[in-house]
Amino acid sequence: MEKQLITVCIYTENFVGLLNRVTTIFTKRHVNIESITASKSEIENVHRYTIVVKESPSLIEKIVRQIEKQIDVIGAFYHLEDQTVFQEIALYKMDIENVYEAKFKEIISSHHARIVEIEKNFVVVEKTGTKADTDALYNELKPFGLMQFVRSGRVAITKQRMNISEILLNNRK
Amino acid sequence: METQTKTKTQAKKVKPTAVRISGAEAVIKCLLEEEINLIYGYPGGAIMPIYDELYKYQDQLNHVLTRHEQGATHAAQGFARVTGKTGVVFATSGPGATNLVTGIADAQIDSTPMVCITGQVSSHLLGTDAFQETDIVSISTPVTKWNYQVTKASEIPEVLAKAFYIANSGRPGPVLIDITKDAQFGEIDFHYKKCKNIRSYFPVPKVDLEQVKDAAELINSAKKPFIIMGQGVILGNAENELKDLISKTGIPTASTALGLSGLETNHPLFVGMVGMHGHYAPNLKTNECDVLIAIGMRFDDRVTGDLNRYAKQAKVIHFEIDPAEIDKNVKTNVAVLGDVKETLKAIIPLIKKASHKKWHQEFKDLYDIEFMEVIKDQLNPKKEGLTMGEVLEGINKETNGEAVIVSDVGQHQMFACRYAKFNTTRSKITSGGLGTMGFALPAAIGAKMGAPQREVIAIIGDGGYQMTIQELGTIFQTKVPVKIVVLNNSFLGMVRQWQELFFDKRYASTEMVNPNFVKIAEGYDIEAQRVDKREDLQAAIQKMIACKESYFLEVIIEKEGNIFPMIPTGASVSEVRLK
Ligand SMILES: Cc1ncc(C[n+]2csc(CCOP(=O)(O)OP(=O)(O)O)c2C)c(N)n1
Ligand SMILES: [Mg+2]
Repeated sequence: MEKQLITVCIYTENFVGLLNRVTTIFTKRHVNIESITASKSEIENVHRYTIVVKESPSLIEKIVRQIEKQIDVIGAFYHLEDQTVFQEIALYKMDIENVYEAKFKEIISSHHARIVEIEKNFVVVEKTGTKADTDALYNELKPFGLMQFVRSGRVAITKQRMNISEILLNNRK
Repeated sequence: METQTKTKTQAKKVKPTAVRISGAEAVIKCLLEEEINLIYGYPGGAIMPIYDELYKYQDQLNHVLTRHEQGATHAAQGFARVTGKTGVVFATSGPGATNLVTGIADAQIDSTPMVCITGQVSSHLLGTDAFQETDIVSISTPVTKWNYQVTKASEIPEVLAKAFYIANSGRPGPVLIDITKDAQFGEIDFHYKKCKNIRSYFPVPKVDLEQVKDAAELINSAKKPFIIMGQGVILGNAENELKDLISKTGIPTASTALGLSGLETNHPLFVGMVGMHGHYAPNLKTNECDVLIAIGMRFDDRVTGDLNRYAKQAKVIHFEIDPAEIDKNVKTNVAVLGDVKETLKAIIPLIKKASHKKWHQEFKDLYDIEFMEVIKDQLNPKKEGLTMGEVLEGINKETNGEAVIVSDVGQHQMFACRYAKFNTTRSKITSGGLGTMGFALPAAIGAKMGAPQREVIAIIGDGGYQMTIQELGTIFQTKVPVKIVVLNNSFLGMVRQWQELFFDKRYASTEMVNPNFVKIAEGYDIEAQRVDKREDLQAAIQKMIACKESYFLEVIIEKEGNIFPMIPTGASVSEVRLK
């Protein structure tokens, strides 16, 4: 099957070393991780990893089962591009010199980006969106003296209901 | 504050259940709570507080000092495989801990319940490259079912309770608990509660009766059904259920290497072993059956050969406890998830009585071909050199299939799998998934301690023997009466065979110049004998079996014998070669 971007969502206990245990399952099969984020989830004391990979769904399905089998993993799922709502945040550090050009302001507003910090020598622009969105802004800002660029991993919400609470409840004998 | 005053007032009325002890003593008490009375291990600086407690509890806990930490893991595995109980290992930090890795990996891939407890440097030294600090938790992560580093004494009871629960529930496996030295010295109020549930862990999938029904339908309509059983049948204590199923249906049944002895060798429906050096019939018939019923096995590549040409004609039913195994290698039509004892029990009433005489006869006919082409020459060789097959057959004669056969890795291992006979379950112990040379000698020690009433015979190659030969010291010290048979072909025979067949006989570094093994055994006060003539073989085996103590028998085997049948790597099971 074609390789495609897949978002893997993993609900876990918050234990030291667990992320390592999970990532080795990808690396064992030579699957490169495009991005990874860890945060709390909607359930108290349950953490959530969002891992994006470019792979065939059939392989990811096997990997997800091997992840789910780990003792401290509560549930693992994978989603194709149209099954999630996802965003990334990008920060752009811009040289102060060009910031006052009219074109610069225009770019910021047409991209619905915002300036989050103004310092003596630079400003920091923030844009949240898809990779394509933040890339587009990147290309436009580049000529204006892009001093630093950084983009977060993807965070994603699934369209489908997640039944983590039920899983936890059902496992209480 | 509030809880404190409460316990104080309570303490006056009822005897307190908690006692204040050190973390190290807590470790020992946890083991006792888990009814552990045997530990294999090796001391060192970072685990000394625990060993010190062991000294106090030596009337309740037997610690076996192996001669290498790897030996401790394999001994624990041998014990676990023969008893079904959890094997326990102690080791110190740094090199002690890294020496465990091979055995842990072996236990992981062969689903053996084991808990390893390692000492670690004090928590304030963690991450500083302190003396004998290794990050054993990271190192062991990919080869453990679970692992955890304890840095506070108060964590010990709960973490160890979890460790024992995880190691021996669902699909068993190894757990490593790393305990810092300060946690061993720290004090706690000890009370122990066995772990029965972990909210994120689902050891046994619930049986889905729809899956059972679908499987039953497939089996009932099958014209040429074929069962391959694996170690899951043994781990799930489902030997009788399996027997009920095949007796009712007359389905020919083969085993993987690790499933051997789960069904007795002389069962009329047992058709041998599948895989690279398995039997002719079950390999060929895998690609002719119409319904392939896999029970507690995982379609390892040594079983399947080329997956693109494996059982493509068949509908596949997979009885399995681990959802990650479903469709991992072979796409199934019906997956029956759950505890195999339960799922087999559920399916038997839905199965129609049947007999597949003609189909079964086809297996027998193929066996006859294999017998004429391969087996006959092994059992009654016309050549001068002794064969491994005749040694195994000689052992069968003396033990009547009642012995536990522990084999190492190589040609002799495959001969042991193919030629040894078994009447009872948990009688064939070998390193299957990892293929760890050096496994057998320490594993046999563990097996004999786990089943002292049984005859335990280690079958080892001259190569693998020298990988853990130091465990003769453990035998010497504990007087554990294991029987050691070294099949000496003066070669790393299995590798040599591949060099012969696939590398134009370029024997790169496979010839072994061996020492006097008999003298070595005698140095450890083990009665020893060397046989190089056919006419002496049976008497030597007899003598070994009659001996009440440990015994070493070296048999000089023809140097360039091969193990056949064989499925070359990358070939299909249909291409199994008889020569
Ligand atoms: C620790 C380890 N190293 C290397 C190998 C590769 N290997 C597999 S079989 C074998 C030869 C074993 O020789 P021996 O123990 O004499 O047994 P034989 O095949 O001659 O019966 C080797 C080197 C292995 N399985 N394990
Ligand atoms: Mg050899």
